[in-house]
Amino acid sequence: MDKFNIEDFTLLKQQNIHYLDNAATTQKPNCVLEAVREYYDKKNANPMRGLYDLSIAATEAYEDAREAVSKFINARDVSEIIFTRNATESLNLVAYSYGMNFINEGDEIIINISEHHSNMLPWREVAKKTGAIIKYYECDSDGRVDPDKLDEMMNERTKIVAIAQVSNVFGYTQDIKEISKRVHKYGAYIVCDGAQSVPHIPVDVQDLDVDFLAFSGHKMYAPMGIGVLYAKKEILEKMPPFLYGGEMIEYVTKDSATYAELPHKFEAGTVNDGGAVGLHAAIDYMNNIGWDTLIGRELHLTKIAMEEMAKIPNVSIIGSDKAENHSGIITFKIDGVHPHDIAAIFDSKNIAVRAGHHCTQPLHQHMGLMSTTRASITFYNNEADIEAFIDCLKGIREAMGYGK
Amino acid sequence: MANNTFYNEVLTYHNMNPIHKHDIDDANFELEGVNPSCGDDIILKLKIDEQGKIVNGGYTGDGCAISQASADMMLDLVIGKPKEEAIRLADIFFRMIKGNITDEELDELDEASILQDISHMPARVKCAVLGWHTLENIIKDADENGIPKIGIEKK
Repeated sequence: MDKFNIEDFTLLKQQNIHYLDNAATTQKPNCVLEAVREYYDKKNANPMRGLYDLSIAATEAYEDAREAVSKFINARDVSEIIFTRNATESLNLVAYSYGMNFINEGDEIIINISEHHSNMLPWREVAKKTGAIIKYYECDSDGRVDPDKLDEMMNERTKIVAIAQVSNVFGYTQDIKEISKRVHKYGAYIVCDGAQSVPHIPVDVQDLDVDFLAFSGHKMYAPMGIGVLYAKKEILEKMPPFLYGGEMIEYVTKDSATYAELPHKFEAGTVNDGGAVGLHAAIDYMNNIGWDTLIGRELHLTKIAMEEMAKIPNVSIIGSDKAENHSGIITFKIDGVHPHDIAAIFDSKNIAVRAGHHCTQPLHQHMGLMSTTRASITFYNNEADIEAFIDCLKGIREAMGYGK
Repeated sequence: MANNTFYNEVLTYHNMNPIHKHDIDDANFELEGVNPSCGDDIILKLKIDEQGKIVNGGYTGDGCAISQASADMMLDLVIGKPKEEAIRLADIFFRMIKGNITDEELDELDEASILQDISHMPARVKCAVLGWHTLENIIKDADENGIPKIGIEKK
């Protein structure tokens, strides 16, 4: 018996919607919303600062959340968890603090062509400022990065390899453990975008041996505005702060400042304690349901959807033909129909899908496509969602004026 | 939420069988209109005679059904009319999208009036107005710089 109930999600229960845009953001279960409410009802004060009980409670709630995140991804040390707004901010932190200070002219940065703009544009800025060289790795049509081919691109000048564990277009899960091994052979760092992986598969940062991992809370049932940067402690220690201001100093005079210990060095200003508490509750919720259910339901529904889609003429799926390689992400095109028209027709049937370039314009140019449509499934979806999606999909070309 | 009847026969017909989607050899005005976020892209070409009448027009490009059909229906309306009249119709069209229009004005838009409901789909408004904005900019250019006798003034 599955350990979750659709009743957990007020929005899904109350609104007549087939929500298939989970790779963009997920819905939030009641336990997460209640945890945030309880934090503000019972513990709200400015954490890290006060010397009174309430502020201490707020600080504890925040640090408990950090502990929960650390355990969830099996970090070596809790100080390796930096709270940010989202994966984009985490990746910018790495680029601005590490990239701008440790990368030099002639150094090489390798970016997988399917990267989200957030793990691409910050590195292009670093290259522009430092004179480093950007090299694009071209993944195959399944979205896979071949560690051997990547190895051939690397040399002693390689400093950064930017790669998502799961692509937000293909849904393919990379062999990050092997890729890390190759990257470290050249003394480079791997900057892994975990925005689509951490919500969908167990991620163990020690096993993967990634140097940096970024992810967002809002894609894993937590509120918007809380995200995480994991980084190895020895790297974080040598990095300068990213943002300067309150909460991140030890001692400041008119001429000098010493900065706080990790992780506070990277958390300037008043933090998002309510968001961190929500993320903690979301992690507890996921742990309680368990990966067997989370992955099992998602895979089952993805399989049904892909099997049915394969039967529809003029519909083609981007990436692998195996559901196991999609992490619930099904990006597709319909011959002769623009994705914005496709999304509008789905919307008329209360089905939420994403249309556009999914923040991966260079990939779309590489594939020769202007834009695509994406349905993304998670565990709380059900067979009725998939059925509605397939029924609507079957009729789209006809609705747009093509013959049956 | 969109109404599915929005993709009605008129719209899909203009998208599938556009009347004006072709190059114009003797055009003297040309302008590209792009919606970068969704990739709608049209190149509008017009021939405006010395009296300021739009004597011929066509467009090429790529994009969603709404952007393409809207440009096609627009050309249906404005070809053969003085440029001032085209500007007046563009103004009516923009006001229709904003929901600020009389029934008589709506009738003047003929088939283009089927896009009235786009006002309920804010994300698609820019698709519907792309052709009209491009037209408006071409005519502004004609007013400011005069009408060239022959050939296209490349920018």
